[in-house]
Amino acid sequence: MLELKSVSKRVGSAYHLSNISMTLEPGSLNVLLGPTLSGKTSLMRLMAGLDRPTEGSILVDGKDVTGARVQSRDVAMVYQQFINYPALTVYENIASPMRIARKPRKEIEDTVARVAELLRLTPFLDRLPLQLSGGQQQRTALARALAKNARLVLLDEPLANLDYKLREELRAELPKIFAASGAIFVYATAEPEEALLLGGNTATMEEGRVTQFGPTVDVYRRPNSVATAATFSDPPLNWGRQLKVGNVFRPTPVEDELQEEDIPVPPHLAHLPDGKYAVAIRPHHLKLEPPTSDAACVRGWVSAVEITGSETYIFMKSVCDWSVMLVHGVHRLPPRTPIDVYFELRHLMVFDADDQAVMQPESEAA
Amino acid sequence: MKTQNNRAWFLVLPVLLLVAMNAIIPLMTVVNYSLQETFGDNLFFWSGTANYEAVLSSERFHYALIRQFAYTFIILAIEIPLGVAIALAMPRSGGWASLCLVLMALPLLIPWNVVGAMWNIFALPDIGLLGYGLNWLGFDYNYTNQPLSAWFTIVLMDVWHWTSLVVLLAYAGLRSIDDAFYRAARIDGASRWAVFRYIQLPKMRQVLIIAVLLRFIDSFMIYTEPFVLTGGGPGNATTLLSIDLVKAALGEFNLGVAAAMSIIYFLMTLFVCWLFYTLMTQEDAKAEMRR
Amino acid sequence: MAKITLDHIRHSYLPKPTRPSDYALKEVHHIWADGGAYALLGPSGCGKTTLLNIISGLITPSEGRILFDGEDVTHLPTEARNIAQVFQFPVVYDTMTVRQNLAFPLKNRRLPRDVIDKRVERVLNMLQITHLADRKAASLTADLKQNISLGRGMVREDVGAILLDEPLTVIDPHQKWQLREQLKRMHGEFGHTMVYVTHDQTEALTFADTVVVMTEGEVVQVGTPEELFLRPKHTFVGYFIGSPGMNVIPATLEGASARVGADLVSLPGGAVAPAGARIEIGVRPEFVELGGEGLPFQVTRVDDVGRERIVHGTLAGTPVSAILAEGEPLPAEPRARFKPDGINIYADSWRIEVTP
Repeated sequence: MLELKSVSKRVGSAYHLSNISMTLEPGSLNVLLGPTLSGKTSLMRLMAGLDRPTEGSILVDGKDVTGARVQSRDVAMVYQQFINYPALTVYENIASPMRIARKPRKEIEDTVARVAELLRLTPFLDRLPLQLSGGQQQRTALARALAKNARLVLLDEPLANLDYKLREELRAELPKIFAASGAIFVYATAEPEEALLLGGNTATMEEGRVTQFGPTVDVYRRPNSVATAATFSDPPLNWGRQLKVGNVFRPTPVEDELQEEDIPVPPHLAHLPDGKYAVAIRPHHLKLEPPTSDAACVRGWVSAVEITGSETYIFMKSVCDWSVMLVHGVHRLPPRTPIDVYFELRHLMVFDADDQAVMQPESEAA
Repeated sequence: MKTQNNRAWFLVLPVLLLVAMNAIIPLMTVVNYSLQETFGDNLFFWSGTANYEAVLSSERFHYALIRQFAYTFIILAIEIPLGVAIALAMPRSGGWASLCLVLMALPLLIPWNVVGAMWNIFALPDIGLLGYGLNWLGFDYNYTNQPLSAWFTIVLMDVWHWTSLVVLLAYAGLRSIDDAFYRAARIDGASRWAVFRYIQLPKMRQVLIIAVLLRFIDSFMIYTEPFVLTGGGPGNATTLLSIDLVKAALGEFNLGVAAAMSIIYFLMTLFVCWLFYTLMTQEDAKAEMRR
Repeated sequence: MAKITLDHIRHSYLPKPTRPSDYALKEVHHIWADGGAYALLGPSGCGKTTLLNIISGLITPSEGRILFDGEDVTHLPTEARNIAQVFQFPVVYDTMTVRQNLAFPLKNRRLPRDVIDKRVERVLNMLQITHLADRKAASLTADLKQNISLGRGMVREDVGAILLDEPLTVIDPHQKWQLREQLKRMHGEFGHTMVYVTHDQTEALTFADTVVVMTEGEVVQVGTPEELFLRPKHTFVGYFIGSPGMNVIPATLEGASARVGADLVSLPGGAVAPAGARIEIGVRPEFVELGGEGLPFQVTRVDDVGRERIVHGTLAGTPVSAILAEGEPLPAEPRARFKPDGINIYADSWRIEVTP
């Protein structure tokens, strides 16, 4: 078990990480999700023992290891770049951590065979890393990390340099591979889709803070703040500041001609005091036709469309600052076309003036 | 926690000892000498800052210092542009590139006193190829009795010996530039000069600063080659700082003065290095901020 | 602006190619319309970069000609071709300001000052970076640097085509959306012919009107995103486009039906396959309906990706995936039905026409 207790990392006067507490269980997969420079790599370096936190402490199985060196931490790491020993064969690459640990020959042979099988590297064991494709090179790096049998395995955007389809393949295999090991896995990524496909737990990060940490699907469906919802949304989250007046949300600043653009307040939120709120909705919850009889509707203007073949992304301007929708089918809408944008009230996410959630959408059948 | 800290000190002890033997003790000895007067027989008399005052006010030191700065300035002004030019002209990959690199590295592999001896013979007006050749071309060249000839020879020798280092550093800097930059520049219709000015030079900046620093320190300390070649002559024409220092210490056995000179000399080098270091790290810090 | 004609182009990196496998790029013969948005899509090593380099003039093809607006440019160097390029990693001139970066291609061509100023101003406006005009380019983020790379192409009026070589590789997901929209807008505004090289299907499909799908040096299909999605000409296209890719299931043809394992699947019509050909049917996960009717389907894994769930399973021994919309229930013992419109028939991996 790895525990971070109010960990901060300061460089000069700038906080690279501020006040992070989280507990990672053995056998769990933990995704760190956030854009570049949100602190994912800094946090991993603290977990690995490559850096020392400025404040707070790090515990492994209840023992304080805050100042302990990386060599004594029992960690393995996989990076975005494919890092292998270029002069060693794939077999020797995978075996290298066990050779360093002076494991018996039999154990090395067995482990390499098992891990190579798991990562489908068996036919390439005699090759040198540079004779392999990028995907196979990264598999080798992963295999080496697994062969080390470390208690903590850190993966820093391991798929970012791979082709789209290879990424898709490896992404589908990773959860199985992780489940077969009993280690704590920490996986950094910038892509929300990747976090969802990997499952496990997700910590959303923004500017050195962990905004929410919990089971991935929960964090996605019930974000506690605008920051979490926005980080965990691709295409970008639609959200805007609105003023609750009685039983409607009204965009701020209020523009006279657009008074009719009010959004009804969902019935179970009628009790909320009037005031400032942020109202958000995910792009795929916006429709061009009313999905049910009691759907609400706002007006928008198309700014651009992107067609994927089966779906259409519609970029738009709207009074409530919503800007993108993802709809089924092909819709070739010229710029500046006015559209009616429908949605169900139960999909609205409402946040208070401090951007904290006041209502989370009802959980979907999971 | 406390025990760990103590153990850590043990680990750096060997290094401390080494540094003490190598740097601190000799330096303290020199400081000690510089503050006293001696006439041999291990007799020392306290003289305070008298040696420093003597050195700083002596014309001989001023001239040596001027000569030293002139020398360093001239070789930097020649070697840096020349080194960059050669690096630019070298092939960027393939067998020729390796051959060029080996040829470039050759002068760096020759021991310094051998370089001096080589040039000593090479430049002799009667039998040396260079000396004979120059005279044959009608130049009145004799480095043993004409200051200008002597300067020409030591500068040429340094350029021959050390330009390679600048070339290798600049070449490494050039090689690290991604091909996309050159292609973008071609598409943008950039001239050869514009490519150099806006792509190559900015990307080489870091290594060039290191090259200037290294060449500055080295040329400031230079002793062996000019000593072997000219012995500081004719007269005092090529008596650079370190030659002057040795003359004072061993030639005239003026230990106190020589020690004071060393300290002044050391402080000057230290100051210039500090200046460079600050400039470099400031730029790095700026680059870091941008990221 | 230019029409690009690729006239029977082949390229091999070997001096004397003999076998077809010696060619890194097998025969390409296409005409790309002036002002079109094209994407070259394929995995690494498929030849898309070779083709891009032929267009940009970095490589002279072993065979064939390349024409810009009917003019043969096969042997012209890059700088004589009137193209602009955006690279994988942002290329900006570090020591210059944003404004100087944009003015650079025009200054090199010795245009008068006032013309330069006017055009630079226009592009700054279009890219919505006027407020950054006097900042040093080195201090900007990757997505802004890519904007400037693009802008350096846009300022030139003589530019016929803009080549984009995986321009979103180093961009964060959220900025990718902005940059993609930006690119689309700029294309609409300036109307350059654009060629976008990528391995990412989403980028290719959303950017281009026409996508050229390549694999192993060969162009396997040229089509609109819809065609590639609905009617993949080759099973590779079906696999490569779509996430997850198309399900490919071995079958035998029986009139207007296909036999999959022990069951019959009704087809939109009959098809005539060459004798002895290996027959497969291709169905995208979007067209697989899980319910009480159809073929038995054994679920192996369910991935909840938020807006939908991807159900992986096996059908008659073949791995098949299906997509369930958010909130749609998964029956306990599901059966799979294929929407007839979504079924394509493949003989030896190439699509054959269905006649109703």
